[in-house]
Amino acid sequence: MPDNVDPMNPPEPLGKLQRSVTAMPPLAQMDQTRKPGQGSAVLQKIRSSQPRSSRIPDATFRVLIALTAVSVFVVVLLVVWELIDKSRLSLHQFGISFFYGHDWDPVNGNFGAMPFIYGTLVSSFLALLLSVPLSIGVAVYITEMCPIRLRAILSFLVELLAAIPSVIYGLWGIFVLAPLLREYVEPFLARTLGWTGFFTGPMYGLGMLAAGIIMAIMVVPVIASITREVMTAVPQNQREAVLALGATRWEMIRMGVLRNARIGIVGGIILGLGRALGETMAVTMVIGNRPEVAKSLFAPGYTMASVIANEFTEATGDLYLSALVEIGLALFIVTLIVNALARLLVWSITGGTPRASA
Amino acid sequence: MNRALRLFICIAVLATCAFAQTTLNGAGATFPYPIYSKWFNEYHNLHSDIQINYQSIGSGGGIRQVQAGTVDFGATDGPMSDEQISQSKVKVLHVPAVLGAVVPAYNIPGVNAEVKFTPDVLADIFLGKITSWNDARIAKANPGVNFPNQTITVVHRSDGSGTTYIFTDYLSKVSPDWQNVVGKGTSVKWPIGLGGKGNEGVAGSIRQLPGSVGYIELIYALQNKIPFGIVQNSSKNFIKASLDSTTAAAVGVKVPDDFRVSITNPPGKNAYPIASFTWLLVPTNPADAKKGKILKDFLFWMLDSGQGMVEALSYAPLPKEVMEKEKAAIAKMVKP
Repeated sequence: MPDNVDPMNPPEPLGKLQRSVTAMPPLAQMDQTRKPGQGSAVLQKIRSSQPRSSRIPDATFRVLIALTAVSVFVVVLLVVWELIDKSRLSLHQFGISFFYGHDWDPVNGNFGAMPFIYGTLVSSFLALLLSVPLSIGVAVYITEMCPIRLRAILSFLVELLAAIPSVIYGLWGIFVLAPLLREYVEPFLARTLGWTGFFTGPMYGLGMLAAGIIMAIMVVPVIASITREVMTAVPQNQREAVLALGATRWEMIRMGVLRNARIGIVGGIILGLGRALGETMAVTMVIGNRPEVAKSLFAPGYTMASVIANEFTEATGDLYLSALVEIGLALFIVTLIVNALARLLVWSITGGTPRASA
Repeated sequence: MNRALRLFICIAVLATCAFAQTTLNGAGATFPYPIYSKWFNEYHNLHSDIQINYQSIGSGGGIRQVQAGTVDFGATDGPMSDEQISQSKVKVLHVPAVLGAVVPAYNIPGVNAEVKFTPDVLADIFLGKITSWNDARIAKANPGVNFPNQTITVVHRSDGSGTTYIFTDYLSKVSPDWQNVVGKGTSVKWPIGLGGKGNEGVAGSIRQLPGSVGYIELIYALQNKIPFGIVQNSSKNFIKASLDSTTAAAVGVKVPDDFRVSITNPPGKNAYPIASFTWLLVPTNPADAKKGKILKDFLFWMLDSGQGMVEALSYAPLPKEVMEKEKAAIAKMVKP
């Protein structure tokens, strides 16, 4: 847990305590309420016992740490530079129309990224729609309602889902999920919700819906385990306080736990979204790989990561390769925008205090 | 002391072994990878000082690497275009290695017979013009078979592949519509259908989807015992793909001196029409003369003893006359 207390300048313990009772501070501040003076006393003792020459390793350490932080920037900049440099041909040829063009024709050299951008966003959004309620439910059960003995087993099983290679999910998708969808789920959805326009057309089993479901299963362990960790970190006295005010169990979980854990939960969802946006293998095996924008979730689609993985090895023309690299650039930009939006969401939840989300 | 001496001798021997060994690196097509690795392995057993490594990174990658001169040889399922040859820093010779074929596979509920496809029917199915299995044109080619009123679902490769190149090359030759609307390539803009990744993805989707049809490599179909259809060739004979009928496809074709030739829809009476060479791309004037000599020796061996090993792995061997022509061309390569 990050400790943002300045050791040289410990805060007034009383004031902090009062604030935490009234305002329910974010988790990062919880630690401060524990004997805040102790840290600095120990530190002073250590300092007095060390010779002054310890400043040299200290400075070295500071520089090294700063370098590791800078390396992240360097890597990101290099990636962006490479993406732009290698896609120069396609950028020059198609300009901005590449990003909204619908045509993907390697034979005649026409390239547009829209169907892939659409497919990536819709399948990832669908995955979140399905996995967020499920993973929060799992986390709530594990932390709040589960018998102790079952708790370890359940957590282990959830984390096991994350360890399965995505190609296995893909195979399972082709041979188990797709027939199931085609025979039972899709006819049912078409009958009951066909009027919405999202569930019409021929039922292949393979398609956007299958991709969303597969990704939802892959994302659940990410969101569930982070949510569980965050909820476990909520102090017991928060729960007891809410219960003491006469809250029911549901109200206790909602007001005492979920409210306090919400930033961590959103963080987990962002991580899950990151996995969904970049997922390649499992998705390409079940999505149908057809570059078109269709409203129906039964229809096949295509994602940016999939088209790169599928076509890069056999792409021969310079323009074709360049267009594939530009798809990578588009994926980078989309990820950036989605993450920025998610960050804005966190800020709006925390009441416009950007520091708290860090 | 004794022990240390022994250890020293061991290391010395190992080191000289490592120094004496010449390693050649190649990269390219995935389709012939099993036979190439078998050949390189056998050749290493015969000549323990020669090690040939091959990375199956795809035809596109093979062409790019050989163009840039980063590998000693490349491999491709589709011949290099004139543009690619003019861009290449290294002058290369296309050396046909083996033959492969592509077959139509399908899943039609209630039909167990081997379905016959005429070229125009095949093209129109993949163009989306024939949409149901009980279409009159399908029935006409298959007298006695009762087709259900089932929608046709087309399954194609989603990954760029030599298989797609061969199949679309064939359709471009037999159907002007296909030539105009789609064309040929390792990836094309499919008018209809779902994409499956790899032969296994296409075959898996076909097995799962009633009414589906797709194309897979002959080898994959033979090794996995997947039933496949019969295709009418240019002599109006219905030919079932086999190793013999694939080799027959290369017999009647006039092979040019640079071996860049498409043998789809060949004239032979018993030829299976959707077949192709797969090529090794060999620099004609290698920077390293010693490696060039080794490669030359290997190519002669490949066309001699090597061809005897291909059928065991379900590849079709080259016909005699093509082999002779290749030997002459390899002999003419710049002498090291």
